[in-house]
Amino acid sequence: MADAVTLETPAELKRAPLVANDRKFNWISDKVAYIVESPTPLWWWAIFLPCATLALIGLLCIGFQISNGVGVWGENKTVGWAWDITNFVFWIGIGHAGTLISAILFLTRQKWRTSINRAAEAMTLFAVICAGIFPGIHVGRVWMAWFLAPIPNANGIWPNFRSPLLWDVFAVSTYFTVSVLFWYTGLVPDIATLRDRAKSRMRKYIYGIFALGWRGSNRQWRHYEMAYLLLAGLSTPLVLSVHSVVSFDFATSILPGWHTTIFPPYFVAGAIFGGFAMVLTIMLPARLLYPQLDDLVTRGHVDKMAKIILLTGTIVGYAYLMELFIAYYGTNKFELFTFLQARVGNPLHFLGIGNASKGWYNWAYYCMMTCNVLSPQVFWIKSFRTNYVVVFIICMFVNVGMWFERFVIIVTSLAQDFVPSSWHHYSPSRIEIWTFIGTFGIFLSLFLLFMRFLPMICMFEVKAVKPEADAHYHPGHEPSTGPAVGVLGAPHETPATEGHH
Amino acid sequence: MAEYRKVYGLGAEFDSAASLLKAAEKIRDAGFSKWDVHSPFPVHGMDKAMGLGKSWLSAPVFIGGSTGLLTAVLLTTIPSFGIYKLIVHGKPYDWRTLPAFFPIYFELTVLFSAFTTIFTLMIMNQLPKWYHPVFNWERFSKVTDDGFFLVIEARDPKFSETKTRALLEEIGGQHVTLIHD
Repeated sequence: MADAVTLETPAELKRAPLVANDRKFNWISDKVAYIVESPTPLWWWAIFLPCATLALIGLLCIGFQISNGVGVWGENKTVGWAWDITNFVFWIGIGHAGTLISAILFLTRQKWRTSINRAAEAMTLFAVICAGIFPGIHVGRVWMAWFLAPIPNANGIWPNFRSPLLWDVFAVSTYFTVSVLFWYTGLVPDIATLRDRAKSRMRKYIYGIFALGWRGSNRQWRHYEMAYLLLAGLSTPLVLSVHSVVSFDFATSILPGWHTTIFPPYFVAGAIFGGFAMVLTIMLPARLLYPQLDDLVTRGHVDKMAKIILLTGTIVGYAYLMELFIAYYGTNKFELFTFLQARVGNPLHFLGIGNASKGWYNWAYYCMMTCNVLSPQVFWIKSFRTNYVVVFIICMFVNVGMWFERFVIIVTSLAQDFVPSSWHHYSPSRIEIWTFIGTFGIFLSLFLLFMRFLPMICMFEVKAVKPEADAHYHPGHEPSTGPAVGVLGAPHETPATEGHH
Repeated sequence: MAEYRKVYGLGAEFDSAASLLKAAEKIRDAGFSKWDVHSPFPVHGMDKAMGLGKSWLSAPVFIGGSTGLLTAVLLTTIPSFGIYKLIVHGKPYDWRTLPAFFPIYFELTVLFSAFTTIFTLMIMNQLPKWYHPVFNWERFSKVTDDGFFLVIEARDPKFSETKTRALLEEIGGQHVTLIHD
């Protein structure tokens, strides 16, 4: 093309490529499979052993609790749900980001999801495993946990099908099962890659079994793509339903602070919010440890996830304020007490203004507000969204804040309910604290094992969003071969990838 | 030649998704029926290029989902209206209580649909199938990395070892190889 024309025509602003530096298909398989194929790095053991130890401590605490009864926890007759259910809701919420990335972003054709969906889905499964522990052991006599099943129990009594606790059994078990199926379906073509690359007979045999004999034929892809679309379509309402049902555990009760119609959407937004924070909490260090993935998980991905955190965090903030407004507007004195005394209190009291608050856990409310509503607001600024250190710190705040949100909801409402004579303080026992810390050990150990044995990035999907994967790709406009100018950086002569078929 | 091995078909390799698609169109137009293309990822437009229609996987899934819904309806109503009437909060069990069962209806519909999707996918793709003649072709291991392949089976009525080989080479196929069973 003549220079004169180029000067007169304004440059077309192209989207940043999803895979930076125009890597070849083979490069993608090499770099992703290398993580699994290389000898176990020393740092892996240095992280895994402490995590496994924590997991073991958690399991010992659970064993101690099962053998001695729930009395080893700090719960009492007034505060019957505390850390156990807080932790359950915390972990189940974290799972939601994985399903959102894999299902909802798939349906909305957000192609950037391809390099993070595998790890996020794995995180979903491990978070749901951690979540499932708590309601299981919280029943006290775990050998009677089968009473939760929709069958008549030992006394011939059927469960109450109108109880949200039973709905929860259905919702969480369906969610876990469908997530496993979805995850494994996505893994099959990538396990086949590991099978075909395997050097030792043993590896070839084991990966071969799980690859099911996948051979990438188009007669298979045709059904595969339809199955993936259907699973995404099924998972989308499912993920919205799970946290809605969890919120029904509270919302269908008559306790002030729980009896709120805003709960389902507010819980779902909070779950996605907390889930994305956890995705980034584990992806950023993983990316640091595997710098070769920089071209796949780019600053653009972190930027987009930070935007989702900002959006959902702001929705959650709106829900917090709307709860307060409805408490004020509804003039139910018990609800007014819960929100205005037990939760908000009088923040100006230390300046000598107004009366002291009657709430015991006001500090927890302010922890929640600061971490969940104020801290993500820094993501309005682009340079913060693309700064890994800032993003990581904010995500840690969000993790803490989302745990406090559940603590505030559960404990403030229970500890100070209708009749002051039945009020009771709550503080966790050491066993309770270590059980919770132990679930982090379980979660991280499982994730580290996943990193060692399965491809952390969905190779075939990443390949499919590259411009050359398009059957109508013209090698005419050759992509640049030089180093990329930064992924979010200046427009490149690389062809647009996103939103292009 | 130590022993006679049955011929499965002829395979050809192509250098890109675009050239594979063009080749598939030509093979389709040449009237072959027992053939397939293999690629590391699904290539858009390949179904049309191969003359394949939309996957009908969704039909069994609809049936599976309906079965799930029916199961949930029976699971909640039979005990609640018949076997074991559990009166909670003094609320009677009649049709007005059905909305309280909706979460269970929804969850079981999704659960059954998801299982049907997976099992139907396995059946339609004939998986698991750990042995397949194409795996005998050494170059084929690239299919899960960056290789694009087209394989015409010997049982295709139009198959001829020499003519099909010439056709595959003519449409740009490289490393045209006879695959044995």
